[in-house]
Amino acid sequence: MGTLRALLRKEFLQIARDRAMLRMLVALPLVQLLVLSSASTFEIRRASLYVVDEDRSGASRGLVERMAASGRFEVAGASVSMARADEALLDRRVPVILRIPLHFERALVRTGTAPVQLVFNAEDGAAAGVLRSYAGSILSTYSAELGRELRPTFQAVAGPDAPPTPGVPRIDVRTRAWFNPELNYHHYMVPGILVVLVTVVATTVGAMNIVREKEIGTLEQLNVTPVTKAQFIAAKLLPFWVIALADLSVGLLVGRLFFGIPVNGSLLLVFGAAAVYLLAALGIGLWISTVAETQQQAMFLSFALNMVYLLMSGLFTPIQSMPVWAQWVAQLSPVKHFIVVMRAVLVKGAGLADVTVPLLVLAAYGATVLTFAVRQYSKTTA
Amino acid sequence: MSPLRGFVLKEFRHILRDRQTLVILLLLPLAQVVLFGFALRTDVRGVRLLVVDPVPDAATLALRGRFEATDVFRVVRVLPTTDDLAGWFRRGEADQALVMGPRFAQTLARGEGAQVLVVTDATDPNTGSTMQAYAAAVVQGYERELRAARPGTPAPGVEIVPETRMRFNPTLESVNLFIPGLIALVLTVVSALMSAISLSREKERGTMEVLLVSPLRPWQIIVGKVLPYLALGFGNVLSVLGAAWLVFRVPFRGSVLLLLAECLLFIVTSLALGVLIAARTGSQRTAMMGALMGLMLPTTILSGMIFPISSMPAWLQPVTHLVPGKWFILISRGIMLKGVGLEHLWRETLVLAVMTLLLLVAAVRSFDVRLD
Amino acid sequence: MSAPVAVEAYELTRRFGDFTAVDAITFQVAEGEVFGFLGANGAGKTTAIRMLTGLLAPTSGRARVAGHDVYTETEEIKRSIGYMSQRFSLYEDLTARENIRLYGGIYGLTDAQVRARTAELLRRLGLEPYADAPVRSLPLGWKQKLAFSVAMIHEPRVVFLDEPTGGVDPITRRQFWEMIYDAAEGGTTVFVTTHYMDEAEYCDRVSIMVDGRIAALGTPRELKERFGVESMDEVFVRLARPEAGAEDAS
Repeated sequence: MGTLRALLRKEFLQIARDRAMLRMLVALPLVQLLVLSSASTFEIRRASLYVVDEDRSGASRGLVERMAASGRFEVAGASVSMARADEALLDRRVPVILRIPLHFERALVRTGTAPVQLVFNAEDGAAAGVLRSYAGSILSTYSAELGRELRPTFQAVAGPDAPPTPGVPRIDVRTRAWFNPELNYHHYMVPGILVVLVTVVATTVGAMNIVREKEIGTLEQLNVTPVTKAQFIAAKLLPFWVIALADLSVGLLVGRLFFGIPVNGSLLLVFGAAAVYLLAALGIGLWISTVAETQQQAMFLSFALNMVYLLMSGLFTPIQSMPVWAQWVAQLSPVKHFIVVMRAVLVKGAGLADVTVPLLVLAAYGATVLTFAVRQYSKTTA
Repeated sequence: MSPLRGFVLKEFRHILRDRQTLVILLLLPLAQVVLFGFALRTDVRGVRLLVVDPVPDAATLALRGRFEATDVFRVVRVLPTTDDLAGWFRRGEADQALVMGPRFAQTLARGEGAQVLVVTDATDPNTGSTMQAYAAAVVQGYERELRAARPGTPAPGVEIVPETRMRFNPTLESVNLFIPGLIALVLTVVSALMSAISLSREKERGTMEVLLVSPLRPWQIIVGKVLPYLALGFGNVLSVLGAAWLVFRVPFRGSVLLLLAECLLFIVTSLALGVLIAARTGSQRTAMMGALMGLMLPTTILSGMIFPISSMPAWLQPVTHLVPGKWFILISRGIMLKGVGLEHLWRETLVLAVMTLLLLVAAVRSFDVRLD
Repeated sequence: MSAPVAVEAYELTRRFGDFTAVDAITFQVAEGEVFGFLGANGAGKTTAIRMLTGLLAPTSGRARVAGHDVYTETEEIKRSIGYMSQRFSLYEDLTARENIRLYGGIYGLTDAQVRARTAELLRRLGLEPYADAPVRSLPLGWKQKLAFSVAMIHEPRVVFLDEPTGGVDPITRRQFWEMIYDAAEGGTTVFVTTHYMDEAEYCDRVSIMVDGRIAALGTPRELKERFGVESMDEVFVRLARPEAGAEDAS
């Protein structure tokens, strides 16, 4: 016990004296959390819209008005020529063109349907998709409005407020968005970004830790003492575990204060899960450190791993959408499981029973990886 | 120029000797682009649907069938009640629930509004709203089907039908969206890491001082150290673009030569960034960690690779200008998807070039000052 | 050898692929001896010491340190020995006091013992004013003396010193050897490697390694007599370059 205490004291002292390291462990993740979380959203405000209105009727003008009034679009240009609109699109001055063809209103009155053209610059496919859904919902609202105006008879018979008429099938679809009804991106992204930030820092620092002592030579001095492998690994693990937990706590606080992230479940559960998770994440970093021979090797391994953590943990794109083999790879990432737990507990208010599976996976992970690290670390070279 | 040439040759030989690292540096970026190119998708698939159907009848079964017929939804369970519906969502075992109203077929036949409730796990707002829209569309499609089957039903109300055209990426292929970003991310981090490691190692070992008192000027030292990595970086570019073309069939509508040139420019920018980081940090360890942590997440999130820059808050937009990856993504998307040339991309290219110059000047200045 | 044996090796060998670094060395060191393990750089001294301290597994042969087998009882060996390596291996970013405290704790000293030992050590080395400065700021000679003291902190039976006096002035070297004598008088066996042949004079017995083998073993006086020379330096020259020796003799 005395040995472990002595080793821990040494580790904490060394960390405290290393200014650059402290900045990276504490300041950098927090700054990045603030900046990057602010950027992580798909909600586009006031997109520029180019209008080519060939009809110039009441209905077409009404449509353009609705688009502008929604707050989502801002008419940045108008012309009768598609060529000019195309130029604006190509030049990236506008991301979308609305073209209302000739006889738009007439078609609506006579047949009840009329097409309009929406041309998006899909260079930025994500933005295009988002704008399309905005436009789509504005169009359907406007359609319903026009319907009441132009086709009162039908509305009386088969519209949503019409009395039941046998022979006219009608399905009333209602929708509910649970857990995040305001569709707030920050609630979804901030916990995930926080997890990834802390993980990248913790595993990278952990990965370099033992290798550095190898390179300097102080490792040899420890190998000659009665320090056991388990004590050594524990002393390398615990300080960073404590720091990472502290990081996470401060990050959650920041998230709550600046982004209003929900805490619908038990914070105790979050911290408990974090404690288990960090053992796994740091354990992996330490294992890298015992395997690598130089700091450079450790850095590249750590980089490759962190890229997988970053991109395949369901943070940015849903795991469900990945090809099946990629989903299996994702399962190997402890970050993935912890993000699931964080989101479930914070946003969905999940309890211990709901997150048992990912927690067990994390625990198993941690145990395995730490065992490997202790095994791998040899005080005697064969 | 002879001392410079000798120095450059020595650096090349040095790198070629370290076989292990060389292999990693050549293969890792390629492996990453391929792996993530396949894995990163935004199309909504495999939605796990719960159906709450207390009294199944012909109509509810038919509606269920419509959902199963799509390749978007997958019915994972049919439940008799909505008890513990939240539990399913909390455990992450389902994404959406379709709740059928009472006496579905009857209400339908009588022309009363048959009730359908679509409950979506909207924790992820983006996927959530897409799933919601899809589900509503399936139900409405079923409604249309039923009406069309009955002659004499009055024609539906007014419908403005949007014809959508996605210019430059008609099918909104995920790969076309992500590949330019992935290339930017992987190239920038690897390049910066390489030059940061190389220079900080020299600094740490103390051999940098030896170099600085040699006839070589600081800028020559930097060029000499960076040149081999430029060659390596070019190898990376070729392999990664090759993968984009052969494996992912990303369009290459513009000039491939221009694209290669821009990639090279971008690599120089990243190498310069690494040099500056090495110049400003004290040890190899800090340089490496600084390069990794300073570049990985900011490039991913602020470059427009995943989140549209247009959706970012106003104060953040100027900040994104500082991310070299952002400019490269604009350039590469322009060349690959739009097929435009320098006449449309000169502004972005200029920005990258100026950034590179500034970074290199700053780096050289840092080395010029006496090493502390 | 009437005194008990502290370190013994029998045909101890270590190969790295095709290269034999230590070639079947055999020797015994009695308790309380100051044993000099000499040889040129690259002769195999460091490899031999690493095997004796349990850092490196031998390829073949036998050895026992403080009564424990180097193959099967490395942890027991580590409890009974002290070690000071070429690079001193004190933590440069910690202070002298913190280094002493660390190793004291590692070797199982109680807090009270550590406090007492720390005070004593600092006083004896004259490091009291610098006790709380980072070790990297200490001059080389003081670092060495500190490292030696730290290696002795748990009063081990055997202390291994690998090139402990590299790069310091003769006065500091002299002081260092006084510390070694003190340790030996206290009953500690001192196993010291060095490539400074004049330091060989200070040892009770020496062995000289050439290309992995022990070329000579005995007291300094015996060896000088055997080769008919005045100094250990010349003993070494005779052994390392026999042709040169032959030239001188004629």
